[in-house]
Amino acid sequence: MSPALFEAMELSAGYGGADIIHEVSLSIEAGELVTIIGPNGAGKSTFLKAAFGLLRPSHGMTLLRGIDVTRLRPPKMVAAGVSFVPQLDNVFPSLSIRENLEMGGYLAGRNAARRADEVLAMFPELERRPAEHAGRLSGGQRQALALGRALMLNPALLMLDEPTAALSPLMRNEVFERLRAIRESGVAILMVEQNAREALAISDRGVVLVAGQVALEQPGPAMLANPSVGRLFLGLDEAEPTASTSAPKAEA
Amino acid sequence: MDILQLVVVGVIVGSVIGLGAMGLTLTYGILKFANFAHGDMLTLGMFLAFAVVGDLGWAGPSMLWFSFGWGMLGGIALAIAGVAGFSLVADRVVFRPLRSRGSAVITMAIASLGLAIMLRAIVQIAWGSSALRFSTGINRANDYFGLKVKPDQILIVALTAVVAIALYLLLHRTKLGKAMRATADNPELAEVSGIDTERIRQATWAIGGAMTAIAGVMLGVQTQLRFDAGFNLLLPMFAATILGGIGSPWGALLGGLIVGVSQEVSTHWIDTGFKPAVPFAILIIMLLVRPRGLFGSTV
Repeated sequence: MSPALFEAMELSAGYGGADIIHEVSLSIEAGELVTIIGPNGAGKSTFLKAAFGLLRPSHGMTLLRGIDVTRLRPPKMVAAGVSFVPQLDNVFPSLSIRENLEMGGYLAGRNAARRADEVLAMFPELERRPAEHAGRLSGGQRQALALGRALMLNPALLMLDEPTAALSPLMRNEVFERLRAIRESGVAILMVEQNAREALAISDRGVVLVAGQVALEQPGPAMLANPSVGRLFLGLDEAEPTASTSAPKAEA
Repeated sequence: MDILQLVVVGVIVGSVIGLGAMGLTLTYGILKFANFAHGDMLTLGMFLAFAVVGDLGWAGPSMLWFSFGWGMLGGIALAIAGVAGFSLVADRVVFRPLRSRGSAVITMAIASLGLAIMLRAIVQIAWGSSALRFSTGINRANDYFGLKVKPDQILIVALTAVVAIALYLLLHRTKLGKAMRATADNPELAEVSGIDTERIRQATWAIGGAMTAIAGVMLGVQTQLRFDAGFNLLLPMFAATILGGIGSPWGALLGGLIVGVSQEVSTHWIDTGFKPAVPFAILIIMLLVRPRGLFGSTV
């Protein structure tokens, strides 16, 4: 059996010597979209950072295609085919749109310029004005640029930290639509998301993280239909039995 | 002196300040701390050039219309290599360990102050405390519409312009320069994008060091060589850097010109002895009124 694309094994990590996540294990197959949800402070972002190598885990290991990547620094992870989009500050504000993409393709060498054209073509709102400084873009455009930057090296796995945070509902839908398209192009996605309902609707699998541990792991649609998850994280009210059916988004 | 003539002198003095400030703002923008050793690194460059044209006596035949000989090219080359090399060693031995320990910006700045004092003492031990000159030749001023300018001074202004243009092309046209700007903007995102930011920091030290060396040699050409010449220029350079907005090379250059011109023109009304107070005043006013600087931006 071939190894999973990416695997976190009993990963513990935190800040200042105190672990926030405790022995979290999770694996993701090629082309799969996995969403991590959970209450604030559950350690979702901490897990993602530890998985990518931005945070050194205190325990456990990470494997990429079966190879130990626990100690790899971010540039090496990028070179190995994993891209990461932070939640905040995810573009270079004083660089132009095109330069931002070029930086995403820093390791691509001479092909960076051609690849930047390809990525620009995927984002019409960016393609119109490649010389615009990223600092002047709207929230949605920034998020598009951050995604574009992360796609520059044709990663096998894209890690996203709350890609729709601080976006309007309309913009959120656009981002989720885009993620679905990226996933369909064969890129695996591991994301942390607050807007759990929309995220689970496009996910192959959902993982609930509570107090730094995996509380539940289910296929995305099943998790959407799971009443206890709905009550806790999807904003559905258990007092009204019809709540889950009156939430049309859940079926979308 | 005629005000216009003072403006001319100010542009020359300001070019040296601007040249030094461009290197200072570059390291400030990317390494994120105020390098107090910058002035003394300038002095090091100045004396390394002197080592070639003075100590070794390789001044060579007189170079075009300038006061120094062709040997100065070798002097500049040694200065560039020496200051860039010193910067790289200082980063490896002092600043990188502090960085990897997550030290505060103030710790780095204080460490650079220690480095500054050490460097100044070394220069003083090696070359003494009295003023030296690159050459004893006379550089006669030419008269342009009643304004007196020496060929040496034209060279200073021209070289500053060339360095500024070269830096612009580096930062905006090359992959290294764009990665330097990206690292200045957001070092963590740069790492996440696959940029080895440690190498970018090293490149920044080397490039900043080279610019500092050129500024030092030009300072020596403009005035005399003294062990504290660069240190005395530190405050005007900081004033220029803050005036232009930390991290903005163009701002630093323009800031240098503003500081230089206002400093020289002030002598029309106040005693020359008080002119070093002018950059202080500019610095204080800027910090109070517009701490982001005139063009507040990043590299």
